Amino acid sequence: MSDDRSSPLVFLEHQSYRRNRLADAARLLPVIGAAVLSVPLLWPGADSATVLAGEAEAVRMSKAILYIFGTWAGLIALSVVFGMAARRWGQSDGPQRSGQG
Amino acid sequence: MASLNMLIFVCISYVALLFIVAFVADRLAAKGRSTWLRSPIIYTLSLSIYCTAWTFYGAVGYAARSGLEFITIYLGPTLVMIGWWWGLRKLVRIGRSQRITSIADLVSSRYGKSNLLAIFVTILAVIGVTPYIALQLQSITLSFSIFSEADPSGANYSETATVFWVAAGLAVFAVLFGTRNLDANERHHGVVTAIALEAVVKLFALLAVGVFVVWGLSGGVTETMARIDASEIGQWQMKSGRWTAITFLAAAAFICLPRMFQVMVVENDDERHLRTAAWAFPLYLLMMSLFVVPIAVVGLDLLPAGSNPDMFVLTVPLSQGRDGLAMLAFLGGFSSATSMVIVAAMALSTMVSNHIVMPIWLSYRGGGASVSGDVRSVVLLSRRVSIAVIMGLGYFYFRLSGGGAALASIGLIAFAGIAQILPALLGGIFWRGATKVGALAGLSVGFALWVYTLLLPGVGAGLVSDAVIQHGPFGIGWLRPQALFGITGLDPLVHSVMWSMALNASAFTLVSLFGFPSPIERLQGAQFVNVFDHSSGPRGWSGSVAQVEDLMIMSQRILGAAEANALFQRQAVLQGGRGHLPDPTPTFLQTLERELSGSVGAATAHAMVGQIVGGSSVSVQDLMAVADESAQLLEYSSQLEAKSTELARTARQLREANEKLTQISLQKDSFLSQVSHELRTPMTSIRAFSEILRDTSGLAEDEQSRYATIILDEAMRLTRLLDDLLDLSVLESGQVTLNLREGVLVDVLDHAVSTVVAGADVPLIVRRRRAGEKVALKSDLDRLAQVFINLIANAQKYCDAERPELTITAHHIGGQLVVDMIDNGSGIPADVQAMVFEKFARVNAEKAGGAGLGLAICREIMHRLGGDITYLTGQTGGAFRVTMPLTLPQSTELAAQ
Repeated sequence: MSDDRSSPLVFLEHQSYRRNRLADAARLLPVIGAAVLSVPLLWPGADSATVLAGEAEAVRMSKAILYIFGTWAGLIALSVVFGMAARRWGQSDGPQRSGQG
Repeated sequence: MASLNMLIFVCISYVALLFIVAFVADRLAAKGRSTWLRSPIIYTLSLSIYCTAWTFYGAVGYAARSGLEFITIYLGPTLVMIGWWWGLRKLVRIGRSQRITSIADLVSSRYGKSNLLAIFVTILAVIGVTPYIALQLQSITLSFSIFSEADPSGANYSETATVFWVAAGLAVFAVLFGTRNLDANERHHGVVTAIALEAVVKLFALLAVGVFVVWGLSGGVTETMARIDASEIGQWQMKSGRWTAITFLAAAAFICLPRMFQVMVVENDDERHLRTAAWAFPLYLLMMSLFVVPIAVVGLDLLPAGSNPDMFVLTVPLSQGRDGLAMLAFLGGFSSATSMVIVAAMALSTMVSNHIVMPIWLSYRGGGASVSGDVRSVVLLSRRVSIAVIMGLGYFYFRLSGGGAALASIGLIAFAGIAQILPALLGGIFWRGATKVGALAGLSVGFALWVYTLLLPGVGAGLVSDAVIQHGPFGIGWLRPQALFGITGLDPLVHSVMWSMALNASAFTLVSLFGFPSPIERLQGAQFVNVFDHSSGPRGWSGSVAQVEDLMIMSQRILGAAEANALFQRQAVLQGGRGHLPDPTPTFLQTLERELSGSVGAATAHAMVGQIVGGSSVSVQDLMAVADESAQLLEYSSQLEAKSTELARTARQLREANEKLTQISLQKDSFLSQVSHELRTPMTSIRAFSEILRDTSGLAEDEQSRYATIILDEAMRLTRLLDDLLDLSVLESGQVTLNLREGVLVDVLDHAVSTVVAGADVPLIVRRRRAGEKVALKSDLDRLAQVFINLIANAQKYCDAERPELTITAHHIGGQLVVDMIDNGSGIPADVQAMVFEKFARVNAEKAGGAGLGLAICREIMHRLGGDITYLTGQTGGAFRVTMPLTLPQSTELAAQ
């Protein structure tokens, strides 16, 4: 991979293309995180109308803990994967490139 | 039971251990053998000062009161960390390339080094963080009091004294390790290592209590889960507004809190550490919160109703007789509190001293920072005093508020205050259009709304009366602090965050959109927003050892090899003469900079030396100063260039004048010799024939008459010559009187032609177009006729054709009357064409009849009449062109009168 910062190429090599898409995914990660961590907002709580009317049962705390910690761990795992990938680029072609999207 | 004395002993031993760790780490860093100190793990652990005593103890209490809502405090930072590629990476890069020392410095640098903004952010930070420090002091005091209650002999325990000594001890620690030296990059390896150790201790303590609760007291995971479901927080209950608002606040505060900014950006050694911290820190947070709910549930279960749930981490092990575990938990809480307080005090003191104390001191001194050694000691002193003052503020806040429940709510209130910096910060690093005025407007609006809607109603009990909260100020209902614009029923925190952040961001955006930034703001904006284009890749701060060889090479280029060598050797001798290169001491660097500034200007010299010695990037101000100097140099050089061109022009003119003078002198010489020659020829014959007439007797009558005629002819020729000379000199000196008359060209030409042709041996055929000659003109007609006569006579004399012909044409060219006289002879050779108008210039010596003054006189006459006479090249024969104005120019008329 040439280190030509002055004239960005229109089409990158396969490796660089993959890298840029991985960076896109990394940018998406907090959005995904915010989305999955907003799911509990939809759960019927102990004081919600459906529960008070007896139509539904409030989500149990153990389930809530499992869900939140599970998604949390999942996000961390994805972050680990991206961190490893970032480290591999750093070793393959020096630190200069990490500034590029 | 653990005695209080035992607790104090453990506590002091622990602090001593921290001192040793910090001391050793500082020593290692100074020796440059601190590779593991700069590892990503240490960086990640230092970030854990986010988990203060408020989260260590408070999370359990929070869970006991509101279920899982506490977890939002950790989810916000998690989202920020896993989005590091997007935001933190940029923040850290900017922090490094701009040598940022605090969040106030960042905001101020971005908006054109505005000190007003820096002061604003500093004050906001102090207001937001001081109660937070008080909260930490409270937690330590509370944990002490728990042990003293449990201590059978604990009689002499004083809460006030404890708080005082804790605050004083923390201040001493922060002063010792936070202000030992004045590092340009504001990094403190000792403190960072110590808080990394504390991070391990508090995580280990909380995990130990959690493991004890889950496996020791509840009997396993499944049983714990069942116990949770059966407890009073066993059902999901969530206020969705708070869930979102607190997650957002925690994320914002994670970036904006001065202490977080300090460890995350300022103390960052290497940008690459972020990619480890991006997963390791969320993992740390996850582990910190893993056992919070079980501890809360078990605490609610085991302890009597009404026990403070904030202290469950301590009281649960104590109630089970696990003194060792309780001690560990105490150390965990102690670590959380101390690490937060130390870093917060350091970060705040940096901001206070850099942006408030130093500007005041410098303006008071008036001289500017010219004496650098002086300033260093003042900065260090002001930081130490600032730390003491901040700790004092925390202490007094704690004393005044009296501790208790009022403090417990301060954590989120502080978060909301600090989060007001977020729009200016994010706008600054992502939007080039953000302006200083916009940032000020946003901060002011956000700050005011935060104070009005959250701080005063929440904390300042007594400052705002209940009537104001219920009915609004002066009874204006839509200004009620907790129901702005008539929107009631919102949670006060959600209400405040929503309004303050929305109006803050709107004010910031709108004012920025309609404002216009100053040049330095625009430059800084471009540097911040496009930081990845301007700065080099991830490289540590290290490598700041001055490279004397580099300095030497640079100096040689600027000063010249011999001078640079002499300077360096002189300095080496001054320093004690070890080797021929001096050590890069401040004195030497100053001397060098001064020497260089003589050659390249002060700003350039500073930037160059800074570049090599500091290994850091040049600031925009440096660049602008360099540009100024270059502009001055450019202007100077262009002035020089202009002067040199002028000199060259003058020299050329002088050279021309000199040539002309030489020519004139030559002309004069030749003129004199010509005149003498011309005079001598007739004089010789006159003398000879007069002598014959005098000395020879008996001359025949006709001979006498012939000789007398010759004498008369020669005398007349002499007279004519002298007349011509006189005429020429009169014409040349400009003393001629012109006799201006009105006439027609054709008459003048008729007169001239008839004068010449009459009595000629070889008839000259003159061709004319009389129609074109009927031109009225006002001139000296006699002089004009003289010119024409001369030209026609020349044609008659010198035309070498068999049947000499002269064509005379007259026409107008551009308002000028032009008369061409072209004969059919061979014309004048090209090499003498330029000379025909000179005096005594004769083309053909054999045919010479006159003195060679005719054409010279013609030219002088034509000049006097405002016209010219030239030789026309490219014609078949000899050709002359006479040009003259139809009417005389003003000046000539005046001269004529």
